[in-house]
Amino acid sequence: MDNQTSAITEHRDDTGAKLGMWIFIFTELLLFGGLFLVYAVFRAKYSQDFHIAAFQLNVFMGALNTAILLISSMTVAMSVTAIQKNDKRLALLLLSITLALAGAFLFNKYLEWGGKIHHQLYPGSDVVMSLKHGQILFFGLYYFMTGLHALHIVIGMILLMYIAYSVAKGKTNQSNYVLLENGGLYWHLVDLIWIFLFPLLYLIT
Amino acid sequence: MDIPIPVTLPNNLTICKMSAESKHITPYRLYAVVLVVLLFLTTITIIAATLDAGAFGVTLALVIASVKVILVLIYFMHLKFDHLIFKIFAAMVFFLLALVIAITFIDYLYR
Repeated sequence: MDNQTSAITEHRDDTGAKLGMWIFIFTELLLFGGLFLVYAVFRAKYSQDFHIAAFQLNVFMGALNTAILLISSMTVAMSVTAIQKNDKRLALLLLSITLALAGAFLFNKYLEWGGKIHHQLYPGSDVVMSLKHGQILFFGLYYFMTGLHALHIVIGMILLMYIAYSVAKGKTNQSNYVLLENGGLYWHLVDLIWIFLFPLLYLIT
Repeated sequence: MDIPIPVTLPNNLTICKMSAESKHITPYRLYAVVLVVLLFLTTITIIAATLDAGAFGVTLALVIASVKVILVLIYFMHLKFDHLIFKIFAAMVFFLLALVIAITFIDYLYR
């Protein structure tokens, strides 16, 4: 009887917490969905310009970053399984791998952006402004969409670091792991967006 | 006097069922298999892009991306094993996005 009352007095609603995370994810999907719509309409209007501008992107770098994000998505999903099996050490290891992969993604992004900026290919530069209207739009959308996505990577990394701390402290454990689940959901969202960004920006030329 | 017993019994059963549902443990192997499929699909989409198939290539790339997104939603994001409400919500949001994109293009193409 005592056990029952203590279980009842603990106020926790894991389903509610997850529902809140999903609703936030939906707002994010609509935010990026709007950007995809802008991209699609301008691509239909200036298909030739987009075709030429997209050749400036490095398909290998894009593919590498796709693989990195897919693997990191798997490791964060596996960390939930690890905590469910009460394997704290493995959960922390998997979270660390996820964070390392996120760092690798950002480093590649830095190399990509750095290379383009070095070649004067950034919004508002003399080189870009001398291009055709559609190509200017392409580079504007490229920087804005990948930049907003990279910002989400940075936020995701901070979130996952906090969750790793919570796991290490034992606050996130086998009987209470909704924080890890929600952090994982956020990380998968970042992956979802990139799954569409990669073909749209790098492949469809 | 016997009445409360059948009333509490199904109650307990539903609680057991719900906690069993929320504690579904996805095996590591399933995640690894999904990753392999995702990487395989990525390879196909890159190879297809080098063939320069035009409009068909665009359609193929978008179909492959959609399949990848569905795999991530179902397995990595655990939708397959979650409450029905999450599945309905997710389906509705993607339907809304598709609707907005379709309506915009109808307006844009037939203006």
